[in-house]
Amino acid sequence: MTAPTIDPAAGTAAGADLDGVTRDEASLRRFLHGLPGVDQVGADARAATLSTRSIKTTAKAQAIDLAIGMVDLTTLEGQDTPGKVRALASKAMRPDPSDPTCPATAAVCVYPDLVGVAKQTLGASGVHVAAVATAFPSGRASREIKLADTRDAVAAGADEIDMVIDRGAFLSGRYLHVFEEIVAVKEACGPAHLKVILETGELVTYDAVRRASWLAMMAGAHFIKTSTGKVQPAATLPVTMLMLEAVRDFRAATGTQVGVKPAGGIRTTKDAIKFLVTVNEVAGSDWLDPDWFRFGASTLLNDLLLQRQKMQTGRYSGPDYVTVD
Amino acid sequence: MGIDFDYAPAPESTGIVDIRQSYGLFVDGRFRDGHGTPFKTVNPATEEVLAEVAEADASDVDAAVRAARSAYEKVWSRMPGAERAKYLFRIARIIQERGRELAVLESIDNGKPIREARDVDVPTVAAHFFYYAGWADKLKHSGYGETPLGVAGQVIPWNFPLLMLAWKVAPALACGNTVVLKPAETTPLTALLFAEICQQADLPPGVVNIVTGAGATGQAIVDHQGVDKIAFTGSTGVGKAIARSVAGTDKRVTLELGGKAANIVFDDAPVDQAVEGVVTGIFFNQGHVCCAGSRLLVQESIADEFLDRLKRRMATLRVGDPLDKNTDVGAINSAAQLARITELTEAGEAEGAGRWSPECELPSRGFWFPPTLFTEVSTAHRIAREEIFGPVLSVLTFRTPDEAVAKANNTPYGLSAGVWTEKGSRILAMAGQLRAGVVWANTFNKFDPTSPFGGYKESGFGREGGRHGLAAYLEGGR
Repeated sequence: MTAPTIDPAAGTAAGADLDGVTRDEASLRRFLHGLPGVDQVGADARAATLSTRSIKTTAKAQAIDLAIGMVDLTTLEGQDTPGKVRALASKAMRPDPSDPTCPATAAVCVYPDLVGVAKQTLGASGVHVAAVATAFPSGRASREIKLADTRDAVAAGADEIDMVIDRGAFLSGRYLHVFEEIVAVKEACGPAHLKVILETGELVTYDAVRRASWLAMMAGAHFIKTSTGKVQPAATLPVTMLMLEAVRDFRAATGTQVGVKPAGGIRTTKDAIKFLVTVNEVAGSDWLDPDWFRFGASTLLNDLLLQRQKMQTGRYSGPDYVTVD
Repeated sequence: MGIDFDYAPAPESTGIVDIRQSYGLFVDGRFRDGHGTPFKTVNPATEEVLAEVAEADASDVDAAVRAARSAYEKVWSRMPGAERAKYLFRIARIIQERGRELAVLESIDNGKPIREARDVDVPTVAAHFFYYAGWADKLKHSGYGETPLGVAGQVIPWNFPLLMLAWKVAPALACGNTVVLKPAETTPLTALLFAEICQQADLPPGVVNIVTGAGATGQAIVDHQGVDKIAFTGSTGVGKAIARSVAGTDKRVTLELGGKAANIVFDDAPVDQAVEGVVTGIFFNQGHVCCAGSRLLVQESIADEFLDRLKRRMATLRVGDPLDKNTDVGAINSAAQLARITELTEAGEAEGAGRWSPECELPSRGFWFPPTLFTEVSTAHRIAREEIFGPVLSVLTFRTPDEAVAKANNTPYGLSAGVWTEKGSRILAMAGQLRAGVVWANTFNKFDPTSPFGGYKESGFGREGGRHGLAAYLEGGR
């Protein structure tokens, strides 16, 4: 390895050195390029093996309730209206109207201009409002506009900000630019939590995913998030696994725990459970908590609810027994 | 924070397998009684007796060889390759169709996790038959001619009962030979189910004969005058005895014997994948793998960090009921093997190596051994030299590539090796210097029917798999 200032793998290195890593472009590049490489074939094989775990009966029931509580129920369409957002927020608070024991989702995720509507409906329910900001999804705007976008969402009551990184800057090697932007957005977030979207479908290589993960964590991300949902492929299991390795190693190196949010493409209970198994076996059970792992999803919730009903009644109902979004 | 995510038991149903109370020998297309003393095969995970199996004595072996000879001369060697291929393709398809049955039976008789039997053993078995079925009508392009040898006597081990059968039977049959095969005495059941599959495929009687028994039965096959070729996979001790037995005869021999493979991890390795490769290298199939990566050679500059990661990963291995779909490490195949592993690990401790195992609860009945790691191992320790054939990893360190090569090659064996580095040129340089039949780069324990497999030195000779695998069963392969 090319002399990284900290050794992310050691688990003992002091977090104090991280400041030195980001003091200039050259140091940051050396550090990120000094991270251990990822062998794609091996990473894919490991994820495939994890996805063969068979989660049944009590473990499945536990996983379903956990997953429901981890959903960031999302609508990010040009056609979103206050009515749609109100409906979604109601669903987030009480996903299964026929069953009060069903947990609420973690958050509702909307565009900044609808934060106020969502907040009004959710009130003090404990369900957070997350807003995508920073010229989502492309991130192609000046920093001033990105920061204004963020401040606007926070002022409207957003508890969490999902920002996008500047993939163009990252891919052209301007890591410090990306780093500073995340730091600036975090400052603009104030008390709101910051999720940093890497858009791994545009970073493509696993080495780039690992570097972007570390970059975002060092810049102060509370969560690292795979995707906007607007680019394919979105959240894949191997990429999420790599990000879970990164948060695990980051905590070992610095003592700071960072959350992970796969978003886009996770539609079935079966898929969600594979992700939870991966969380459990790669990062550890400390991450099996809505504070540290989320699913960015819309259709996933209804499948979780159908499976939950099946676990309770022993039979499958149908789409008429869950609410349309 | 976080929850305890306990996976509920997820047992594979055993309803699909039908284990008979007793099994005979499969000779000339029919099951018949043996003349030896029947023996019992047990489930190593529970010590329950599964079935009583006939023992073939010398007269039974003689009958099997005669049946094989007759089938060879009258039917199989005269059949056009394209026709032989049809039978092999049919067998391959039946193996796929009955895959779950084979996987469950293999897991019960051997103790291996159902996940591995289902995802590795059975698919690879089918792939082997498909691959060699494709060769049957193309032998003139093999480079070894098209003339078969005759009757092949084949003796296989208990670690991959059905897969080793496939490695032996598929190329032999594709080349026009007939076979007398002896499965290991602790794991005969899938071979006997394979006999039923041969019947189902309408394979001409006598082309495949399966005789069960222990060492004496194997010796009878090796010594039989009517056998033209001996193919053996198993321990180096028995392999040497076979080589002595056939010395001075015109029998041809291939031997695939033990190993003490080095998995070499450089400081620029893809660390998480290397950890995974080391884990699958030694804990796959409880370490009952001749090419297991039983010696970890890790560069000293990353050794501590790497061991931390390795231990953390080992702590997530799930040891227990082989039929649970979430089990990663199953049962040790037999009491005898457990005793050998126990003896060698005790020697490791006595010689001063540091022993570590993750916390894991082992079932009270059956044969079990926890995943185990030895640190501070020197090349002089027995656990660094002798094949343990169990879930036991010996960790050694090195400073330079030359030292890694020297230590890796410092063994009487030479079956396999692994190299972990992101540097392509180093992979090629290492592969050229390692005296091992297979060198895996940034992976381990990968098997493919198109790829030849076999050893150097005391790991045996001859290759199985790929075009090279045909040489063992054709006159032109001498």
